[in-house]
Amino acid sequence: MTIESINATGQVPLVRAQDVRKSFGPHQVLKGIDLEVSSGEVVCLIGASGSGKSTFLRCVNHLEKIDGGLLWVEDRVVGYRIKGDKLHEQSHNEICADRTDIGMVFQHFNLFPHMTVLENLMEAPLRVLKQRKDEVRRRALGLLEQVGLEQKAHAYPRHLSGGQQQRVAIARALCMQPKLMLFDEPTSALDPELVGEVLRVMKDLAKSGMTMIVVTHEMGFARDVADRVVFMHDGRIIEEGAAETVINHPQHERTRAFLSAVL
Amino acid sequence: MSGLMNPTATATGHGRFTVVPARHPWRWVAGTAVAAVVILLVISALTNPRFGWDKVSLYFRDVAIVNGIGITLFLTVVCMALGVGLGVVLAVMQLSANPVVKASASAYVTIFRGTPVLVQLLFWFNLSALYPEITFGIPGVSLDANQLITPLAAAILGLGLNEAAYMSEIVRAGIQSIEQGQSEAAGALGMSRIQTLTRVVLPQAMRVIIPPTGNEFIGMLKTTSLVSVLAVPELLYSAQIIYSKNLQVVPLLLVASIWYIIITTVFSIGQGYLERRFSRGTSRTVPPTPVERLRKFFRVHSPLATGKGNAS
Repeated sequence: MTIESINATGQVPLVRAQDVRKSFGPHQVLKGIDLEVSSGEVVCLIGASGSGKSTFLRCVNHLEKIDGGLLWVEDRVVGYRIKGDKLHEQSHNEICADRTDIGMVFQHFNLFPHMTVLENLMEAPLRVLKQRKDEVRRRALGLLEQVGLEQKAHAYPRHLSGGQQQRVAIARALCMQPKLMLFDEPTSALDPELVGEVLRVMKDLAKSGMTMIVVTHEMGFARDVADRVVFMHDGRIIEEGAAETVINHPQHERTRAFLSAVL
Repeated sequence: MSGLMNPTATATGHGRFTVVPARHPWRWVAGTAVAAVVILLVISALTNPRFGWDKVSLYFRDVAIVNGIGITLFLTVVCMALGVGLGVVLAVMQLSANPVVKASASAYVTIFRGTPVLVQLLFWFNLSALYPEITFGIPGVSLDANQLITPLAAAILGLGLNEAAYMSEIVRAGIQSIEQGQSEAAGALGMSRIQTLTRVVLPQAMRVIIPPTGNEFIGMLKTTSLVSVLAVPELLYSAQIIYSKNLQVVPLLLVASIWYIIITTVFSIGQGYLERRFSRGTSRTVPPTPVERLRKFFRVHSPLATGKGNAS
């Protein structure tokens, strides 16, 4: 049924973008993105503000609706059902169901301020996946331990530092047991001394084999952790390749200019 | 000089300097003038026999008055419940993506906020003139409007439906005050629109919704006096019934007014505690309770604390 989604190596990539386009009004933000992310891969999207990295990331779990091209996650087309040669737009409930195996971490954490840390983690597994409470609770506490915040389980988000909040947000996304994690500039809103603790958690996650797409300005993290780095400029992918190659030996003039500005 | 530089010396104030507080002579002038006017008004009210204070105390706990208070409170609670429930529905309709749903809710708000509530009350009271028989469009159902729309029913419909229009605006403002990121985070976790609204957005919006709702509640308590025109024996109409017989108009209006003040004051205090409760977990500084405010007032304004003493 999804012959198109199988690539040359015969594997089904976890994420596959084909000529993805997106406009906000007259402004075209994505001008044809082609990208494949295999299972277990860590891909960093880098580029200047406004280059379309965050927009692309938000398209992957349908927080933004694409205007052209196709986006696949596993064997599903994001936002559509395929019937013959027709794409039927998904209902909101179907979109929600598809999002349950994609975790997302936002720049501004977006924790629920009226819930404790533990309630933040347990909310979606209980309400959306309808899992058993004791099971979810055990998993949530385990994840909090994993991000080093087990003693904060009953604190409210506002009592935590930015770095702690972002680690909770990562644990909240993981509590849904996703197959793919999206990070939208996870350290951009943090005080410099708090960036390290969040990157450490992400590094551990990468080591555990999680598939990750990370929009970031942290070149050190990209170099050390990413399998692949993708440089975007003005809605297009200009250069992509092994992290080491792209960051240390960029081929394209734009990439060089960007890297010399941020490094 | 060394005293100012030394941290232990500055701990008691400003070193060797004594602070002379600013004087505010005009505050004394204004205070005296206002106090004089207030005292004259009070003396006039107490000495003028036509106020009939003896009659006020006589009727203050009259059975009819107390029953009237009961009906006033009943109407307030029921109409507010109707207003809040329908208001939430209207607010969600106004934020809907469906243009027909959205426009209908807006039209409702325009009509019910755009006409006087007294006119609306009279309309509901006279509904039987429009629809002598109420069938709800269901065959076999036929209700006599004159029996169904009692004065009390007309009062509840009139005040409740009017309140819904105001409440919908309050709820809408509350929902819109919650940043987009919250809905996005909920959506990214796979939560449906209804779950996002009821579990994430509305609980946070409560902090914005509660204070004006408290004001609406107190406003409603006073607005219920309008249903005296429908001959519903609430507080004001109960007083009117009595003075229509004994012609003690002013004393009975005073009785009603004093009761209104007592009830609204009690509600205002309750409102303060409610706001305190809902600001928990979100804001760092909670507003002081009336008791705390009173303590602070006496601490600052007691004759012993003139502010002229030393800083410690």
